[in-house]
Amino acid sequence: MIKKIIIALWLAIPALSLAAGDHVKLDSVDIDLSDKASLQRGARTFINYCLSCHSAGYMRYNRMGRDLGISDELVGSNLLFATDKVGDLMKTVMPKEVALKAFGTVPPDLTLVTRSRGPEWFYTYMRSFYRDESTESGWNNTLFPSVAMPHVLYSWQGEQRAIFKEHDGIQVFDRFEVGSAGSMSEKDFNGTMRDLTNFMVYLGEPAKLVRYRIGVYVIIFLLIFLFITYLLKKEFWKDIH
Amino acid sequence: MQKLLEQSLDWVDARYPVKKVWDEHLAKYYAPKNFNFWYYFGSLALFILVIQIVSGIFLTMHYKPDATMAFASVEYIMRDVDWGWLIRYMHSTGASFFFIVVYMHMYRGLIYGSYRGPRELLWIVGMFIFIALMAEAFMGYLLPWGNMSYWGAQVIISLFGAIPFIGEWLAEFIRGDFVIADATLNRFFALHVAALPLVLVGLVFAHLVALHRVGSNNPDGIEIKKNKGPDGIPVDGIPFHPYYTVKDIMASVFFLIIFAAVMFFVPELGGWFLEHDNFMPANVLQTPPEIVPLWYFTPYYSILRATTTDMINVLYGVTVAMGILTVISVKDIRAKAATVIIAAVVLVALYIFEPKLWGVILMGSSLMVFFALPWLDRSPVKSVRYRGWMFKTALAIFLISFFILGYLGTQPATGLSTRIAMVFTVLYFLFFLLMPWYTTYDKTKPLPERVTE
Repeated sequence: MIKKIIIALWLAIPALSLAAGDHVKLDSVDIDLSDKASLQRGARTFINYCLSCHSAGYMRYNRMGRDLGISDELVGSNLLFATDKVGDLMKTVMPKEVALKAFGTVPPDLTLVTRSRGPEWFYTYMRSFYRDESTESGWNNTLFPSVAMPHVLYSWQGEQRAIFKEHDGIQVFDRFEVGSAGSMSEKDFNGTMRDLTNFMVYLGEPAKLVRYRIGVYVIIFLLIFLFITYLLKKEFWKDIH
Repeated sequence: MQKLLEQSLDWVDARYPVKKVWDEHLAKYYAPKNFNFWYYFGSLALFILVIQIVSGIFLTMHYKPDATMAFASVEYIMRDVDWGWLIRYMHSTGASFFFIVVYMHMYRGLIYGSYRGPRELLWIVGMFIFIALMAEAFMGYLLPWGNMSYWGAQVIISLFGAIPFIGEWLAEFIRGDFVIADATLNRFFALHVAALPLVLVGLVFAHLVALHRVGSNNPDGIEIKKNKGPDGIPVDGIPFHPYYTVKDIMASVFFLIIFAAVMFFVPELGGWFLEHDNFMPANVLQTPPEIVPLWYFTPYYSILRATTTDMINVLYGVTVAMGILTVISVKDIRAKAATVIIAAVVLVALYIFEPKLWGVILMGSSLMVFFALPWLDRSPVKSVRYRGWMFKTALAIFLISFFILGYLGTQPATGLSTRIAMVFTVLYFLFFLLMPWYTTYDKTKPLPERVTE
C-alpha cells in the first residue's frame, strides 16, 4: 500500500513542476567563448547601442580589452563614450533623471543579465520586439510584455508584427510576421544577436575564459595524486586483515 | 641532526604534552578496522571546515559589508581580485558540499546507531554543530546581497514574528531595523566571520574529544573495547595513525576531484549551488517570483509551508493517537497521567495558536527531535545490519520523506504539493515518534563476537 502511494506521488511530481512553470519557449543559442571575433563584434554592439542607456557597472573597459585582445589604445579611441579612462567601470552615459523621464524607469545594469536570466532568455528577448501602437514606446516584447524598452535595433531587424491566437479564452502568442524589412537579413540579425549574447555571457563571468582550462589541469593533477595516495594506503594496509 | 631534533622534542614535551596528545588522538587511538565508505565523511567535514575558513578569510579581505557596496564588492572579487573568482567559488561550492558531507555523516549515524550509548553526548554535540552550521550558512547567504539573499532572509526572519507576544519585537531585534537592511548585513557579517566560526571550531573540538573518550562505532555496531588482547589493545582496533590518516588522505583527494569538477565546470550547478535570482542586487521593491532557500534548507522549509489550517486538524489526530498509544504502552500510572496532561496541553495549544506559529514549531521540531534519538531507540542492536524489517522500512520511509520534502521545498507551493508535503511531514515525524515501539517489537539478528569484513 505504502509502496503504491509512493509510486503514485513520484509520478505526480513532474506534473507538479509542469503546472508551476510558465511556458515561453526560449530559442537556443550557440555560446562559444573561444570565438574571439564573435566576442569583439558583440562588444562593439553592446558599447555602441546598449551602453547608451544601460550600464555594465561591475566591469572595466581595459579588463574587457585585455580578455578580448583589444589594446588599451584601441579601447580608448573607439569604445570610450562615458569616460576617458580605460580603467574605469562601464557606466552608462545616460543620467538617472533623464532615463526616468524617458522610460519611467531606470534601465537595469546588464553585467550579470545572462547569469540571472540565462543566455537563451537574452537571445530570445532581443529578437522578440514587435510593433504595438498601444504602448508608450510603440514597441512591445513577447518575452517581456509591456517592457519599457523600445526596439533599439529595429533599423537592423526591421519591424515585425506579433500574431496571437485564442487559447482557452486567453490570447497566446503564436508567431511573428514580417512588417517591413530592416538593413540586415534575418540570418545576419540572428548572427549579430548571437555575437551580442556571446559577449554578454563573457561579461557576466570573465573567469569563464580560463576556468575550464585550469579545471582540466587541476583534475589531471588530482587524478595522479589520487593514484599515489592509493598506493600509499595499499602499502600501509597490507598487514591488516 | 637526529639527536638535535629529539632533544628539541623532549624540551617541548617537558613543557607541553605533545607526545601525549599525539598518542591519545592519533598514534594510539584505536579505531575499528572495519570502517567502510560511510566513515569518510567525518574527516571530510573537518577538511571542508578548513577550506571554508581559509577561503573565507581571503574573501573577507576584499568584501565590503555595506548595503550599498556588498553586491559590487562580490563582483569586484569575481573580476578584479587575482584568483578572486576561484576563492569565491571555493567558498560557495564548499558551503553546499559541507551540507552534503554532513548529511552523509548524520545518515551514517542513523544506519549504524552511532547515536546510541555510550555516544549520546557525541551525538548531541554533533547536533549542535549541525545547528551552528545552519546558522552559519543562513547568515553567509545574506552577504552577497543578491535579491534572493535579501528576500530569503526577509522571509526566514519574519518567521520569528509568529512567536506570541514577543515575536515582532524579536524579529526587529534580530534585523536591527524594520526590514532587512544595512544593520542586518553588518551584524550577519560579524556573526558569520567571527562568532559562529568560533562556536563551530569549539564544538568540533568537543565533538572529537567526546569521540576519543568513547571510541568510534563501526558498521557492526558492536563495541571493540569489549574484546581486548593481552596488551590491552582492542583486537579489532588499529591505530588511527597511520592507517586511517593515509586512508582519509586518499578519500580527501577523491573528494577534491568531485569538488574541483563542480567548482571549475559548473559552480552554479544549474541554480542549485548559486541561485539565478541572486545575480540581481537586493531590491526592496522587487520580490523574486518564487522565494526559495538553497537546497540544504528545503526539507525544513517544506515542513513550514505544509503547516496550514488543514495540517492543524491532522496534528489533532496525531496528538490523540500518540497519546492513546503511549497511555496503553507505559505501565507507570504517573507516566500515564503525565501523557494525558501533555496531550491535553498540546490540543489546547493547537486550538489557540495560529498555523503560522505551528509551522515554525514543526520546522524547529524537525531538527530538535534528532536530539532525542539516543533515547527513542529501544533496539538491543545498533547497526542496521542486525535490525529487522520494521526499522529498515521506517528508515526507508524517513529517507524518502526527507528527499520529497526537500524537492517540494524548491518548487512553488500548489494545493496538491502542499497536501503531499503534509503527508511526508507526518511520515518524517512518525519515524521518530513511533521509534520506541517499532524498535522494541522489531526482530533482530544475533550480533557477532568480532567485527565482520
